Amino acid sequence: MKVSYFPGCTLKNKAKDLDLYAYKSAEALGVTLEEIENWQCCGGVFTTANDEVATKLSSIRALKYAGDKEQPLITVCSACHNVIKQTNYEMQTNSQFADKVNRYMANDGTYNGETQVYHYLEMLRDLVGFDTLKEKVVNTLKGKKIAAYYGCLLLRPNSVMRMDDPENPTIMEDFIRALGADAVVYAKRNECCGGYISVESPESAKRNSNAIIENAKANGAEMIITACPLCKYNLVKNGADIPVVYFTELLAEALGVKEDTNA
Amino acid sequence: MQRVGVFVCWCGTNIAGTVDVVAVAEALKSEPGVVFSANYQYMCSQAGQDMIKEAIKEHKLTGIVVCSCSPRMHEATFRKTAAAAGLNPYMVEIANIREQCSWVHKDMLTGTEKAIILGKAAIAKVNLNAPLTPGESPVTKRALVIGGGIAGIQTALDIADAGFPVDIVEKKPTIGGKMAQLDKTFPTLDCAACILTPKMVDVAQHDKIRIFSYSEVTEVNGFVGNFDVTIKKNARYVKEDVCTGCGACVEKCPMKRIPNEFNLGMDNRPAIYIPFAQAVPKVATIDPNACNMLKNGKCGVCSKVCAAGAIDYTQKDEYINEKYGAIVVATGFNPISMDKFDEYAYNQSKDVITSLEFERLTNAAGPSAGKLLRPSDGKHPHTIVFVQCVGSRCESCAEKGKEYCSKICCMYTAKHAMLTRDKYPDTEVYVFYIDVRTPGKNFDEFYRRAVEEYGVKYVKGMVGKVVPEGDKLKVQASDLIANKQLHIDADLVVLAAAIEPDKSARPLATMLTASMDTNDFFTEAHPKLRPVESPTAGVFLSGACQGPKDIPETVSQAGAAASKVIGLLAKDKLTGNPCVANSNELMCNGCSSCANVCPYGAITYEDKEFRMPDRTTKVRRVAVVNPAVCQGCGACTVTCPSGAMDLKGFANLQIMAEVDAICK
Repeated sequence: MKVSYFPGCTLKNKAKDLDLYAYKSAEALGVTLEEIENWQCCGGVFTTANDEVATKLSSIRALKYAGDKEQPLITVCSACHNVIKQTNYEMQTNSQFADKVNRYMANDGTYNGETQVYHYLEMLRDLVGFDTLKEKVVNTLKGKKIAAYYGCLLLRPNSVMRMDDPENPTIMEDFIRALGADAVVYAKRNECCGGYISVESPESAKRNSNAIIENAKANGAEMIITACPLCKYNLVKNGADIPVVYFTELLAEALGVKEDTNA
Repeated sequence: MQRVGVFVCWCGTNIAGTVDVVAVAEALKSEPGVVFSANYQYMCSQAGQDMIKEAIKEHKLTGIVVCSCSPRMHEATFRKTAAAAGLNPYMVEIANIREQCSWVHKDMLTGTEKAIILGKAAIAKVNLNAPLTPGESPVTKRALVIGGGIAGIQTALDIADAGFPVDIVEKKPTIGGKMAQLDKTFPTLDCAACILTPKMVDVAQHDKIRIFSYSEVTEVNGFVGNFDVTIKKNARYVKEDVCTGCGACVEKCPMKRIPNEFNLGMDNRPAIYIPFAQAVPKVATIDPNACNMLKNGKCGVCSKVCAAGAIDYTQKDEYINEKYGAIVVATGFNPISMDKFDEYAYNQSKDVITSLEFERLTNAAGPSAGKLLRPSDGKHPHTIVFVQCVGSRCESCAEKGKEYCSKICCMYTAKHAMLTRDKYPDTEVYVFYIDVRTPGKNFDEFYRRAVEEYGVKYVKGMVGKVVPEGDKLKVQASDLIANKQLHIDADLVVLAAAIEPDKSARPLATMLTASMDTNDFFTEAHPKLRPVESPTAGVFLSGACQGPKDIPETVSQAGAAASKVIGLLAKDKLTGNPCVANSNELMCNGCSSCANVCPYGAITYEDKEFRMPDRTTKVRRVAVVNPAVCQGCGACTVTCPSGAMDLKGFANLQIMAEVDAICK
């Protein structure tokens, strides 16, 4: 299976692990990630301003690129996924906006939201299948108690993301179980880590992050996985005393493709 | 050639407002066969009907067309009118120019044009009508009630009191249903057991009622007045007629750690058990999945201690066949699973419970003998948060909950909150709600008492999350009126889980060919005028299987269903529907297509001898329709590849004539 892949800026800098292991794991699962040529920043944050077009164009270019290749578009960073899915949804449902965009871009042909967007986790669940994933595991993580941390952006807004129930999500727990580990279910797994407030008020971010870590630990977690670079930054910076890793790293480990250079 | 009379109704302005009724009557005058045409303000009125009767006699009409409302509304009326004037009632055709014409059009010209076309089609059909005579079938004077909760109990008692025998089939070991699990009942706060158990005893002692407990319906054949039902009596490994209900076996059984269903798993029961003290029948039942003797052949304690000798480890499931004239569905409801609502931490903490569990916690016969204690540590809770609408009115989350209002939760939550404050005034009680809905006699007064006299803190807003932390439940919620976030450290959280129809309802509906809505509630024949009848003749609805209901409403509906059953069973014979399928055996090639699509099992096959043109005889397999079972749905007529199957009153020729008239 070949899919288009949008890594996003953080994955080429701070979050290299997220990117590297996404590639390696996909390969092990028989999925080829074809990186979008000349991709640009997703826009960072999806603006709800109705007349805003320019910041959404780079997402739309990526979407159209995948669409022209008749491939689904896979993203792995929570923020990129959120922006690209919301932009695509707007292209599907807001004809005025789509019209404006199409004039603006003067593309060959038009784009109206035809491309299917999947988060890497959704790809594992819906395209690869957790059952298939289970069969491909070589290093079972049996006995490891792992807590999934969803953050805020991955699943919301639900009407657009259509990925999992944002109030009571299970996709990452199912992922952890597919790898053979024990999923730790804890209440704060979808609370906000503090996000960008860490710039303005580091104490607030610390308070939020600590509460999440404490809640996970109180339920027996030995490790936390996440899909979001900002979540990881906040949890680690605020003194997580258990490992916080990207879910792709855990996946690579289970699939036996993790290099142990920096482990 | 028929002599057809046409009668165009104004229905006040309902039809005449958008259809030129005079023009319609005039236009239809010149249609083939029409010898009389008239219009009138209200054709269904006495004067209108008299007009039809006179015209039939005066003009020697052989068929009539009434251009009026839907045949569902007044076809029966005009058939009676025709019969009174000596005309066969099946020579009446209705052209629906109201629901399908005047109500949906705004423009007089198009409305009139369409009404004329519909009239022409009906005339074309009536020209090909033939008089039909309905057959008769006998009525088995016995009723079946499926489900032994308060709905089934009340229906059975009412039918039996009228003198007809009734069988109750209940899948649990005892009748009583959900009401037996409740502590107090709103709005009068009388104890549920005190008012229910005498009724259960009445059922047990009634000479017209038989109870099949621990049993289920596995097959239903036949039709109204003549249902053929198979009941599976599950093996309970105890002889029902020998067991005295003394409980010695229950006491001595060594397998004591089986979750007790009656207390919703909050305590344990032995492998042999009697669900509760007032169970009917008061007979022990062995859980085959828990009993050591049945699983490994080791133990046998209960058999040794049973003075009556009632234990029988070799008992098998038993199948009983019985005939019934009417079937009442009273399968009830269950709270939905809380798995998809773990934001309230039901699976994370023992101290997050459902309202039904709260009933058991406060019930004197419950796991804590009626003392309100936390399930986790047995301590008295000082702050309790009630969350309403958990899974109800889930418009945006239909995949995890229900879109409808579960109706009973506002009242029972007010009851729980009030009783808690009454018994434990040191306990703070919060209730989070979307809306408080308390219509019903003395209901709103009840809710206001909870707020005003008992100081229950009602907060408009929903709980977003419950985080178990230490021995507290950290409740995050919003107060929409104060527009602020609330953080409450609760000791106990009670979830008012949405209710849904029992899982057994869907397969049962298939067996009964009774229709259901998308939520698996049984559909009534008419939401306002026939609320306790299913559209399937002879099948009646009682209680929450038809929609969420409280006890007073359930009991009134149960009585209503019973009265409908009594009306049916009081008849000696039922007049059938003569519009049934019949097969032209010369054209039938015995392919079975019709039998495969028949939802009523009305079609069988027989080998028949046919005389061929060359004077030889040949045996061929042909379809035969049982007119008493056929409901005239017409599925077979459109399926038959050789055109052998036809429906009386709706023959292929008649339908084609209608289409021709419309397309002309």
